[in-house]
Order: sequence, then structure tokens, then C-alpha cells
Amino acid sequence: MSEAPKERKIAAPPINVETQKFWDAAAEGKLLIKKCTDCGEPHFYPRDICPFCFSDKTEWVEASGKGVVYTYSVMRRAPVPYAIGYVTLAEGPTIMSNIVDCDLNSIKCGQSVKLVFKPSDGGPPVPMFTPA
Amino acid sequence: MSHKGKAYIIGIYEHPTRLAKDKTVPMLHAEVTKGVLDDAGLSKKDIDGFFCAAGDTPGLGPLSMIDYLGLNLKHMDSTDTGGSSYTLHIGHMAEAIAGGKCSVALLTLAGRPRAEGMATGTAPRAPAVPMPESGFEFPYAPATANMYAMCASRHMYEYGTTSEQLAWVKVAASHHAQHNPHAMLRDVVTVEEVVNSPMIADPLHRLDCCVISDGGGAVLMANEEVARSLSKHPNVRVIGNGEASKNQMGGKVDLTYSGARWSGPRAFEMAGVKPSDMKYASIYDSFTITVVMQLEDLGFCEKGQGGRFVSDGNLISGVGKLPFNTDGGGLCNNHPSNRGGITKVIEAVRQLRGEAHPAVQVKNCDLALAHGTGGSLGTRHGSSTVIMERA
Repeated sequence: MSEAPKERKIAAPPINVETQKFWDAAAEGKLLIKKCTDCGEPHFYPRDICPFCFSDKTEWVEASGKGVVYTYSVMRRAPVPYAIGYVTLAEGPTIMSNIVDCDLNSIKCGQSVKLVFKPSDGGPPVPMFTPA
Repeated sequence: MSHKGKAYIIGIYEHPTRLAKDKTVPMLHAEVTKGVLDDAGLSKKDIDGFFCAAGDTPGLGPLSMIDYLGLNLKHMDSTDTGGSSYTLHIGHMAEAIAGGKCSVALLTLAGRPRAEGMATGTAPRAPAVPMPESGFEFPYAPATANMYAMCASRHMYEYGTTSEQLAWVKVAASHHAQHNPHAMLRDVVTVEEVVNSPMIADPLHRLDCCVISDGGGAVLMANEEVARSLSKHPNVRVIGNGEASKNQMGGKVDLTYSGARWSGPRAFEMAGVKPSDMKYASIYDSFTITVVMQLEDLGFCEKGQGGRFVSDGNLISGVGKLPFNTDGGGLCNNHPSNRGGITKVIEAVRQLRGEAHPAVQVKNCDLALAHGTGGSLGTRHGSSTVIMERA
């Protein structure tokens, strides 16, 4: 049975001095992650100080937007059912997101996905993923 | 200095209510305190240590509740790791008692999410103050059920775990709950009934989820001198505990295991026992998948074999190899304040005392484990393991 996706109101993300650049880039259709120039590890969600080696030498890097569904779940008990998931980016980090613009019953772990942005309710657009 | 065997559980009390429309949360805290003092045979003035989780205790940390209950204390701790707070606090209480910080320690839990009509598992909970991760999670509507469901999806993908295997956890809990007059759900259910119940968050069905209930519980612990002076119940003492937290690890997300992978071995090492020695286990059952993952991580079976381990009634008392949650657990009996940790400790102590319902009492139950997972298995959670013996 196919299930046509409907529109869900997306909560605006709270923004602070540590994450302003991420959301400024999102408004331009770019997904940024943080990478440590000392230990070389990318991380997510973005912090000023690397959560692995605790160096303060972290830089913003644009992600390709390519990824694979690590896991997912379709919430049925909601005004509009939606799919939440974790997507493993080509650059390494696995990030929480929604899988959108697809038949919710067709989503699979291991599936290739690509970046899209969806408007939030009074905030910047939010990165999400759709089947590649 | 190890606190192994130096602190005793001298009182337990589970509030009988499951719907507390005519009570406040502080009233419930007071009633479980009264209940646990009666169980132990002590009075309020004997209490010199208070332990609670900030999240279910109205007021700034423990302060309002200490005032309301009229306690005079030497020691207090309001660490909150969600539903695992109470198994965690058993360890903190044991450490405080062994260290001489207090001699009689009270732990309480109370709440009324059912009376308040809270959509516990299916509605995202917006924090009053944004958390560091909020901007990168809240827009995606993480609730409770879909976070645990994501763990189940990955477990199925990696290990071939099935919905029918998960259902066996609920079936076992229901076999136990039929004997508990206070249990919210007392009907025995079948695997078919579980997998045919409405889908909440794929792959978790309604009957894969714990109940939403009001009420609470309390535990009283003391040093050996106090415990030996009491005669109402067999003595139970804490011989091992461990705690851990697990999270997204900076983006190196791995939902196939829980913090029990770390808290379990810490507890077993202190106690000097192994999983196969356990006569009974209380395993946190917010969802069926929670049980499967914790059993693997605690070492009751190999990683990935949890689905097979729980099948065919292996968790049913008198039937399987590992009797679990003989009160019916969170899946059938009680999950007060959306936090099941204290009822895990309480039923383990009933088993060790020989005071569980005769239909589910494990014969010669002299060694038991209680384990909690609190917060969200899909993002960040606290994990705590307690091992107790009949002294």
C-alpha cells in the first residue's frame, strides 16, 4: 500500500552563536558539518570544540549531501505521519533527519538518499533527505 | 574502597494507584514514603539521606520535597537520568551509606502523566531551555516511541530480529501480570495479538510499548547495623552496581547497543558474579526492543541473539531460563511518571525476600539483577545496573 506524503509543520530550530553559520548556510541550500584540523575527525552536531580531541581548531566543511539511511521509523500516531531517521553522510557523520518526498512504506535501511531543504515554521530551512 | 555488601535494602513500596486524578505529585511522594517506612518498620525521623530524580520531583532539585516531607538530612542527591535514575540511585545510596554519609536513605518516585493526559510516547517534548542538540533534532519530531523504534529497525536490519521475537517479551510480561491485582493490563496476550496491534512507530506496535500510568514507589536503604535490627523481612543487600551514559558520539552513531554494555560489566565485576548466576532479572521494558538490547549488552546472550533468547517463553517464570519482570513490568503493570526504574528494584527485592506472587516466585531466589535505561535509546541515555543478594 502506497502512502502519499502530506505536509507536516516543521518546528523552527533554536539558533545560537555556535550554530548561526550552519543555519546561514542552510538558507543558501548548503549542509555544513564541523571538522577538527588537529585530529582530522568530522563531527555532528556542530560544536566549537571538537568532541573527540577537545581541540578548539574546528572548521566548517560543506557536505556533499549524499548519504545512506542508517535507520528510520515512520511515526503513525501523528496528525501527519512522518519518517524520522539517521542518515550516514558520505563524509562520515551520521545525523538525525527526516526522510521526505517518498512513499513512507518504501524506506529501507541502507538506501541511498540525497539532501533537500524544507521550510520550517518561522525559522530557516532545515536539511532533510529524499531517495537518491 | 568498595561498598560491596555494605548497604541493605530494608524497605520497598509500590503505590497501588495507576490513575491518580485526585492526587498531586507531592502527595504521591509522601504516600510512597509512608508506605516504605511501614514496610521497613521505621519512622520518618530515622531518615537522614534523601535521593530522588530532579525530573519527577517538583521544586529545585530535592529542596521542595525535603521541605514538604519534613526531612532532616545529612545527605541528598537528585541526579536525573530519566527512568534509569532509580537503579542509578541504588548505587549512589549504597556508596553514601558505606561511606558513612547517612545511615538510612530514602528514594522516591512519583508522577501522574495518565491523569494529565500526556502523550508520553508519541508527541515530541519541547524543552523549556534549548539543549545543545535541539536545533539538530527537534525539527525532525523525535518522540519517545520513534527513537526506540529506530533502534529496533536497525536491530532487525543487522541481526534479522523479527516482530514476532520482540512480541515474546510482551507475552512473557503478560503471563506475569495476570497474577498482579494492581497491574494495569492483566490479560495474557499472544504473539499474534502483539504483531496485529496497531502500528505506533514502525516497527513497534501498540503492544510493544509500555503502559502510561500514574503512581510511584519508594525504596529505603540502610547500613548493616540498622538492617540487622529489623526483623520484618529477609535482608537484601547490594553487592554490585555500575552506571554509564551513551549518546551519538559526535556523529559516530551506533544504535545496536546500549549503555548496559558498560554498566553491566562494572556491576558484575564488583559483585564477583556472572550473568548466568542470576536467578531473576528486572529489565527495563519501556519497549520490547529495550529488553532485547539490554539482555544482549548485559551478557545474558550474544549480541544479535536477543530476539532468539526471548522467544518461546524463555523470560516466563517457571517456564524459561531467565524469569524477568514478574510483576508484569512496564509493559503490563506500571510505568509511573514515565519512569520505570524503581519498580524494577522493587520487584527484584520482592523476589529476593520470597514475597513475589506465589505463581511467579522464583525458587530459592538468592541473587538478582535490576537494570534501567533512561532518556532515549535512540539519542542519549543513562544506563545503570544493580546486583543484589539475599543476605
